[in-house]
Amino acid sequence: MTRHLKMDTPATSRLLDELPSKLTGKPMDRPDGPKKVSGTATYAHEWDIDGKVFGVLARAPVSKGKLVRIDKSALDKLPGILGVFSEDRFLRNPAQGTADEAPIQGVSEISYFGQPIALVVAETFEQARHGAHMLELVCEADTDGVYDPEASNLSPEKPEDDQLDQGDLDKAMAEAAFTVDSTYRTPNHNSAAMEPHCSIASWEGDQLTLYGSYQMVKYNVNELADSLGIEPEKVRILSPFVGGGFGSKLGIAPEAVAAAIAAKEIGRPVCVTLTRQQVFENVMRRSESRQRLRLAADETGKLTGLGHECLVSNLPGESFHEPVLQATHFIYGGENRRLGMEVARLNRMCAGSVRAPGEAIGMQVLENAMDELAHTSGIDPVELRKRNIPETHPEEGTPYSSRPFAEALDEGARRFGWDKRNPKPGQQRDGEWLIGMGMAVAARVNMLMESKARVTLNKDGTAIVETDMTDIGTGTYAILTQLCCDMLGLAPEQVETRLGDSNFPKASGSGGSFGAASSGSSVYLACQDIRGELARRLGCSEDELQLENGNVSGGGKDSALTDLLAGENIEAEGHIEPGETMEKVKQATYGSYFAEVAVNAVTGETRVRRMLGVFGAGRILNQKTATSQCYGGMTWGIGMALHEAMEFDPRDGHVVNNDFAEYHVPVNLDLPQLDVVLLEERDDWASPIQAKGLGELGLCGAGAAVTNAIFNATGVRVYDYPATLDKILGGLPELEMA
Amino acid sequence: MRPFDYHRSEDGRDAVKAASEKGALFIAGGTNLLDLMKLDLMTPSRLVDINRIGLKDITPTDEGGLSIGALVTNSDCAADPRIREDYEVLSRAILAGASGQLRNKATTGGNLCQRTRCYYFYDPDMACNKRKPGSGCSAIGGANRIHAILGASDECIATYPGDMAVAMAALDAKVVIEGQGGDTRTVPVRDFHRLPGDQPDKDNILEPGELITHVTLPAPAKGRHIYRKVRDRASYAFALVSIAAVVEMDAGKIASASLAFGGLAHKPWHDSAIDDLLTGEAPSEALFDKAADILLADAKGQGSNDFKIPLARRTLKAVLREATGERS
Repeated sequence: MTRHLKMDTPATSRLLDELPSKLTGKPMDRPDGPKKVSGTATYAHEWDIDGKVFGVLARAPVSKGKLVRIDKSALDKLPGILGVFSEDRFLRNPAQGTADEAPIQGVSEISYFGQPIALVVAETFEQARHGAHMLELVCEADTDGVYDPEASNLSPEKPEDDQLDQGDLDKAMAEAAFTVDSTYRTPNHNSAAMEPHCSIASWEGDQLTLYGSYQMVKYNVNELADSLGIEPEKVRILSPFVGGGFGSKLGIAPEAVAAAIAAKEIGRPVCVTLTRQQVFENVMRRSESRQRLRLAADETGKLTGLGHECLVSNLPGESFHEPVLQATHFIYGGENRRLGMEVARLNRMCAGSVRAPGEAIGMQVLENAMDELAHTSGIDPVELRKRNIPETHPEEGTPYSSRPFAEALDEGARRFGWDKRNPKPGQQRDGEWLIGMGMAVAARVNMLMESKARVTLNKDGTAIVETDMTDIGTGTYAILTQLCCDMLGLAPEQVETRLGDSNFPKASGSGGSFGAASSGSSVYLACQDIRGELARRLGCSEDELQLENGNVSGGGKDSALTDLLAGENIEAEGHIEPGETMEKVKQATYGSYFAEVAVNAVTGETRVRRMLGVFGAGRILNQKTATSQCYGGMTWGIGMALHEAMEFDPRDGHVVNNDFAEYHVPVNLDLPQLDVVLLEERDDWASPIQAKGLGELGLCGAGAAVTNAIFNATGVRVYDYPATLDKILGGLPELEMA
Repeated sequence: MRPFDYHRSEDGRDAVKAASEKGALFIAGGTNLLDLMKLDLMTPSRLVDINRIGLKDITPTDEGGLSIGALVTNSDCAADPRIREDYEVLSRAILAGASGQLRNKATTGGNLCQRTRCYYFYDPDMACNKRKPGSGCSAIGGANRIHAILGASDECIATYPGDMAVAMAALDAKVVIEGQGGDTRTVPVRDFHRLPGDQPDKDNILEPGELITHVTLPAPAKGRHIYRKVRDRASYAFALVSIAAVVEMDAGKIASASLAFGGLAHKPWHDSAIDDLLTGEAPSEALFDKAADILLADAKGQGSNDFKIPLARRTLKAVLREATGERS
């Protein structure tokens, strides 16, 4: 049994609101929570497999050049060494998300410092690491490496499909009552997931099983098979628990391919885990950006022109570029528009998806520019945004689906006490601290992806949900269980959700915030199919069917569920596909951030005192896990605003702060009480369950609320992220003895 | 990690003896050494575990001070009621460093020997005179936001990263060291760490096989104790600038002052000319500026750390304002 839905028209019913069981949306605890806190959730490194040995990757010690030879002689006398592997099938860098095929392969050409070019395998991890340290990689360094995306001798590429010229922006700027023309820079970011990347490869004959930490299993199978030159049918991937992904585990990565090659050769399972330093050196980075923002507004603050031109970077040969302009296209009006994208080719580790690719830095900077416009025009920042909410898509003319944009602004301003803000910067003092308030808008595109799930209603009245969907800490186990409970009238303890096994039906995977709505829809459809079968057996219509506490009723009839099952399971597959609703309307998620900061007038240190986020993302599937996603997003926003940045050596482009001591993500003391409000919303255009993506919305502009608050506190506008104290120091007042 | 011998000592004599061979190192909390060994940056052939040799007490001295055993953990030292009462600056400095978990393991002696956080010291593929004498200094001309502005040399611009020793320098604490021959010597904390000069591989004056047994604090210093640490995030970050100050006021004048600085140099920075300048004077912005002038007279930025010069001045003046102002 299969129920398939291609989302060509908006949903016409809201079944989840009509069912007697209303677990969906409730803050249900994660069913996997006890396993995680008791250490019994098995993460990639922890699979206990007989005969497992360990591999450690060795890195290229130059940023551009050629591998001349590998000198293994120092390893001859070392105990436990089982082999050194290095070959053309090794991956240069991880595959981009949804690539579905191998990324660029080979070890002879070195394109960035830290590129993995050999794997040392030994009986123990310590022996392998020692071997990797002793291995001599003789490389020839080229002198023409490129490390500065803004170097004057570069001619960045201009991707054709990412340029827009509409009307005449220059003219609009010349004629505007108020203008902003500012250039901002944002640094490179690493996902900094807690669990380092890891794969264990194990062969039985020509059948490979990979125990990995991956977000998109169905793509990863094809990417791994393609990399190794084998059929996808020969590959099984297991990834039931992922200790944080944030995009860094979207595509198959060098450690998986190297482990598979070595395991085949040695005839034993090989486990390869990246060190934290390697995570920084060869996992996807979020590209740095230079963003020029031009805003032209009339006397009422209404935009007449909007320019957003950016420069990002990637390795040669990579098609991905940070989609900085994604939300700029639809969030604000302004008939004269110039949006442009340039990509510089650098010898720096691969750039790819890092949580909220595009909006994370695009909205952040756009919202800084809007704050500048508010300041210049003397219009309140919240009011300015409201005046610029377009009626239809400003470039395509399409209508929007559900859009609680103004509502998020009003609700946030009211809850935060925005009316107490003094618009004049530098007016509020608390001892040594300068106090300020800032706000910003959140926006993120919404996507639905093809996804499948199987639901089995067992003869004893329990159910099993199976899909190769992953739970990367987001709460997939919880929400799929909740949906199944509601649809089949079961209690959470009667439903088991199984994830992350490529033998299960193929899901969207976790990425782009689309996982919950996509995989949730597939479970919903599978359950709908089962409901149809139960209705048929009972003799009522699907609409009439009521499932509650193990009872089936409808059309004046009722039966015990187990009686209807008559000793047999019912199995159904749900299959959701995106369709025309993606084009007919502009679908997105919206929100607002409000922050109060204190900036130390002596040192320029900034501390966030309180922060509120108000978000609308369609139906919320689990109040608790959704709120946690937003906490996490806002935490990222604070980090991006204040201290997160990969630092590179200007001479060879290698990352210097490659551990958690020097790559500064926020710690508990950096975070105030965060408040999150989720708006009640249904988007019938987005998915049959009226849900949209939420996982990334929390950081799509969050940092701007913080830096706008720094401006309000001090009068200092930071154009070069992050706003570390050295960038604020120069604008602080001289203090004197009291 | 390279294979190494492991020797667990039950008493200090045995430990010093066991550490006599070349390539031997003591291990106490291991919070720094183990990381460095995993990264192949320090490669001892033998580890002498001193965790069971005692030295875990804080005891009064005949001079009215305290003697802190080398194996007293940072957590225990910071929480000791006598330290909290009479040497507040030390307690505050320790608590400003690392994390609760690290402070539970890190020891008094080990913390003194904490190595620099220089990015290039931490990368075996980079030239570093501290790690590999004669190989050069990659930090000069590289990424050096966290590096020294005082006392650096052409061979090394690394900083000493710790907090505890900065407070100990302000308190003029002494390090008691047991040598290979069983003899004991006492060195002021202010002289314990070295400037890099042409031998940046030597962080401090310890000779191979020498064991720190105690740190002694003089009789309590009266006055206000301040430890101010300026850093990139609120916790778990090394100091960009830190200042330990013990300042006593008497009738509107500074009766005594003792200041030490972290984050600026290869060692906790102490300049007695600053203490001398302040002593006997009435506090004023001009006086504080003079103190900063002395501190920063020879300051030299490396590019990305230039901001430390104005930051140190501003922070010093704020600390002096706080130390000499009315108690709120």
